[in-house]
Amino acid sequence: MRAFTQHKGIAAPMDRSNVDTDMIIPKQFLKSIKRTGFGPNLFDELRYLDEGKPDQDCSKRPLNPDFVLNQDRYKNASVLLARANFGCGSSREHAPWALDDFGFRAVIAPSFADIFYNNCFKNGLLPIVLEEEVVDKLFRETEETEGYELTVDLESKTVTTPSGESFGFEVDDFRRHCLLNGLDDIGVTLEDADAIREYESSRKQTAPWLFNASN
Amino acid sequence: MAGKTLYDKLWDDHLVKQRDDGSALIYIDRQLLHEVTSPQAFEGLRIAGRKPWRLDANLATPDHNVPTVDREKGIDGIVDPVSRTQVETLDKNCDEFGILEFKIKDQRQGIVHVIGPEQGATLPGMSIVCGDSHTSTHGAFGCLAHGIGTSEVEHVLATQCLVQKKMKNMLVKVNGKLGPGVTGKDVVLAIIGKIGTAGGTGYAIEFGGEAIQSLSMEGRMTICNMSIEAGARVGMVAVDDTTINYVKGRPFAPTEAQWDQAVEYWNTLHSDADAVFDKVVELEGSEIKPQVSWGTSPEMVAGVDGSVPDPAREEDPIKREGIVRALKYMGLEANQKITDIQLDRVFIGSCTNSRIEDLREAAAVVKGRKVAPSLKQAMVVPGSGLVKAQAEQEGLDKVFIEAGLEWRDPGCSMCLAMNADKLGQGEHCASTSNRNFEGRQGFGGRTHLVSPAMAAAAAVTGHFVDVRELTH
Repeated sequence: MRAFTQHKGIAAPMDRSNVDTDMIIPKQFLKSIKRTGFGPNLFDELRYLDEGKPDQDCSKRPLNPDFVLNQDRYKNASVLLARANFGCGSSREHAPWALDDFGFRAVIAPSFADIFYNNCFKNGLLPIVLEEEVVDKLFRETEETEGYELTVDLESKTVTTPSGESFGFEVDDFRRHCLLNGLDDIGVTLEDADAIREYESSRKQTAPWLFNASN
Repeated sequence: MAGKTLYDKLWDDHLVKQRDDGSALIYIDRQLLHEVTSPQAFEGLRIAGRKPWRLDANLATPDHNVPTVDREKGIDGIVDPVSRTQVETLDKNCDEFGILEFKIKDQRQGIVHVIGPEQGATLPGMSIVCGDSHTSTHGAFGCLAHGIGTSEVEHVLATQCLVQKKMKNMLVKVNGKLGPGVTGKDVVLAIIGKIGTAGGTGYAIEFGGEAIQSLSMEGRMTICNMSIEAGARVGMVAVDDTTINYVKGRPFAPTEAQWDQAVEYWNTLHSDADAVFDKVVELEGSEIKPQVSWGTSPEMVAGVDGSVPDPAREEDPIKREGIVRALKYMGLEANQKITDIQLDRVFIGSCTNSRIEDLREAAAVVKGRKVAPSLKQAMVVPGSGLVKAQAEQEGLDKVFIEAGLEWRDPGCSMCLAMNADKLGQGEHCASTSNRNFEGRQGFGGRTHLVSPAMAAAAAVTGHFVDVRELTH
């Protein structure tokens, strides 16, 4: 996995709450058997005026001029500002894949849905929870200042604005460690292979029916 | 020391290792796999040269992409080549790694969350995961069950474990009895309406109280299924005789001495009387009416006798804007009566409501009636091949067909419209599924979440109507 230490980039404001993963990447694009290529279809139904189809050349499609990521000033954004309960609904990991493929490296919101939050860490995309008032302030400053950039530092667990104002955020030690070092989760877990085997052999004694061959 | 909640017990029984940094390794007893969220996981195993840790813990079936007509054609019946590739890829992966799969033409094929319980592959006290957020369904059996992403599907395949952090405990208690015509679906929609779509975030919810205990396993599954729509990855109901009687005799269930040993353990799977919950929410069962969602989030619900809300009366500016946006998308007016909403299509199916009791409920309403001529389509999609066969044995297929509903083959179908079954732009659908998000059932489609009985009542009248007026 790609490591995340520090990132500085243009912020884009996605000003609606309860953005669900169907909205982030609609179902017709879930038919891909790959992990990449979802960027052109990120927020497809908000971004384009027509109905998107898989394997289509999106550069020819009519854009929705009102959608935030279609504005020139946000086209190269890499930090997404979002509202409460971002990423709710379906567990599709295609949502963080699409955000990543578009170029986002971090998402800042007052709260996230659990599964989406978890999925982000597996893909080098950092979800950051900040107080609602702070997020409000970042939305205001982003909208007021073209080219507004935020610096996200996972080492120091801070988000810093262009004026130098800094806001701290919390993140689990394990997740932070894996992300900072770009560690492969599975490799880390397999270091505990003996503990897993020990659990299995004791469970086979107390609950043997869980180990009946199903096939 | 306070007693343990059901969630505490399930957590403790699956704890492989508690790490110093607060994370834990949790053992997974069962993984269900389907074609949409597994291909990249298998590919990851191949790239890393890893093998599945324990083959017999996995069970696979294609469900999201499968067509609901021409099932006898098998994979050749999938017209969309991209969908076909995904189903073929699942077959190939399961064959290559040696994982049991109910393939498209197998009568046991169906929606993962229907076939797990049906086969007894879902057993009380298990930890169960699937790359699908509605895995919470299996919590109805006193399981620790939740949805995961594709990276975690790969992680479970390779290690039989997940890295987790313990959630908080919430009890949602539904007191007293439910009124006639009020189902598990109405209960869970009312709960989501009360606590909101993020009300359960960070919690494992246990559903309890007399109204929950009096429900069948299928009603309990409907409730646990939609826990995620309240933000909770995990929803559970304590094990009781209803649970154990349901499991007995199913193909994957233990037998003889192991059955007795299992039952003894399963009977401990309830919260202790002195267990402490971080949050408790109570509802009165008798106050719950048949529910209809009017907006684009499952928390946007009203009783069938109610009205679409007026955003002008909402004080919170973010919520107000959410209502304005939802009404615009849904093409509804503020204060419009729910019973005045005219429908274009009706969908009875999905992992929420496609089991035999759901179909019986719907059939009882449409029996001797006809689908309203104003509707473009009303379809019934059973949750599995076995549910379909059972319904046909009971003659329910004939009841539906005579009333003018389409009787289809099993799959996820119009719940998320990954196959050919979808809504047209601007069409209103009475749907027994779980999500009314924008575009969920088709580009520009407008979903109203209801129970199977309410969907059936809408099918024969062309608009929403209190099902109790037709049946009582």
